[in-house]
Amino acid sequence: MTSSAPVVRVRDLRKSYGSVDAVSGISFDIHPGETFALLGPNGAGKSTTIEILEGYRDRTSGEVSVLGVDPRRAGLGWKARLGIVLQSATESGNVTVTEQLTHFAGFYPNPRPVGEVIEAVGLQSKAKTRIGKLSGGQRRRVDVALGIVGRPELLFLDEPTTGFDPEARHQFWDLVRRLKDEGTTILLTTHYLDEAARLGDRAGVINEGRLIDIGAIDEIGGAEARVPLVRWRDETGALRQARSQEPARVVAELVAALGREPGDLEVIRPSLEDVYLGLVRGARPETENNRETEVRA
Amino acid sequence: MSASSTATSAPRGGLGRILRLGASRVGYETRVYFRSPDSVFFTFLFPFIMLGIFTAAFGAAGNIGTAPDGSGGISVGAYYLPGMLAAGMLLSGVQNLAVDIAGEKSDGTLKRLGGTPLSPLSYFMGKIGQVLVTGILQAGLLLLVARFLLDIELPSEPETWLTFAWVFLFGVITSAFLGIALSSLPRSGKSATAVVIPIVLILQFISGVYLQFYALPEWMQNVASLFPLKWMAQGMRAVFLPEGFASLEPSDSFDLPLVALNLAVWLVVGLVLSRLTFRWIRRDS
Repeated sequence: MTSSAPVVRVRDLRKSYGSVDAVSGISFDIHPGETFALLGPNGAGKSTTIEILEGYRDRTSGEVSVLGVDPRRAGLGWKARLGIVLQSATESGNVTVTEQLTHFAGFYPNPRPVGEVIEAVGLQSKAKTRIGKLSGGQRRRVDVALGIVGRPELLFLDEPTTGFDPEARHQFWDLVRRLKDEGTTILLTTHYLDEAARLGDRAGVINEGRLIDIGAIDEIGGAEARVPLVRWRDETGALRQARSQEPARVVAELVAALGREPGDLEVIRPSLEDVYLGLVRGARPETENNRETEVRA
Repeated sequence: MSASSTATSAPRGGLGRILRLGASRVGYETRVYFRSPDSVFFTFLFPFIMLGIFTAAFGAAGNIGTAPDGSGGISVGAYYLPGMLAAGMLLSGVQNLAVDIAGEKSDGTLKRLGGTPLSPLSYFMGKIGQVLVTGILQAGLLLLVARFLLDIELPSEPETWLTFAWVFLFGVITSAFLGIALSSLPRSGKSATAVVIPIVLILQFISGVYLQFYALPEWMQNVASLFPLKWMAQGMRAVFLPEGFASLEPSDSFDLPLVALNLAVWLVVGLVLSRLTFRWIRRDS
């Protein structure tokens, strides 16, 4: 699959506003059928990058190809192959969910059936409700529905689950998995790292306009960052932790040394969130001092 | 993202597709318009309310344009009807679209549409079509109210109605384009009404909608002549006021060719400005 031409190809992308660089030299590929998570703190350049790919913004320099076309020169035929879920939309919403989706479906050459899309986002009971009367999370689902109604080859999901309750989030994940199964290529940004871990095949982490790491979702940050952590409370009541590839042995040695059950014992496998925070903080050395002191096992 | 980017690789169907989606937009826009209480009140019903107020306030003062012996003339309602029709054209086009599109710009509607394969031409068709549909309904209802509620006598000659048709269509379409152009002026959807309404209101006062045009000082008449509303109102007076009222016009005539010329110039200005200023999203530096 990765041998065919990438759906998105970005080389040395730069975007500056006056003397400020929002994006300073980013390169990555997204392959057909892949879900790529673009992660990074607010203001890191994620949205600028995505909006350049979507054709909303011009770039200062660098090469960009989306579905084989430079977004700067792309036309309506190109847009018909994209699905865009923007970060926030606050339209007045004087139309019903069905009316809005039916209207938008008409823009595309080969849309999904509207009823199917409404069901996929779990809004059957609200199909005849005006969008303005929906809750924030429900409106967000309408945004997602509008993004997929045109049967896109490439779907941009910019913080899609903001405002979702946990159940809605799980339903949304199921929906994204179904889209993946149908072969949709997805570019996802999210602040929920568990979401990125569940949905993403690969991830890139952006910080201050630079791509600081990129790789498979379970390898990003390097093997070092994923070493399990054993944490316990020692005799003095202080919290101690040790990193080890063999956490069970560390625990066994602890028990042997103490001659009893260690207090508040935890064995933690670093989540994507831990790895991500390590990466982003690592890029800003001044915060290093704030981290807990660690003992190496 | 400007309107000019439509030329490249439209999906199959080309012009047919643009027209089909344009028609679909007209239906959608019209539905949304009538579901927004603000736009219905301030752009659709406003001329009715003003006509009612003028009739109620000045009706007792007798007819306008009477002979020295007090005979003849027309009722206050009949005198104000052409002005209110012209105001309706301006409100349905300029005020409605300028406020509406400025709002769509700031609430993300345009950005969302800009990410779909909808041609800006279809979008424009939707807006102009909506203005035409609501403008025609408004004018039709105003005429019905005038005829059956206020008992105003309407012209019976077909040629007069032909004049009405072209002044109306010309005026409404010009007004729609000027609305699209003006929508780029407000910096946000919230400030749109504050920017647009004073402009529209001042024009109505100096162009012979609320105040009798012949009674205005000459300099004010000259200023008004620079803007399109004066010509819409004059065209409508040509249709609905008796011949004799032509002598009250600054040039002693309703000057329909001059009305057509001025509306044509403003139509071109509106078209060019719309084309130059419209963007799906604010252009970044």
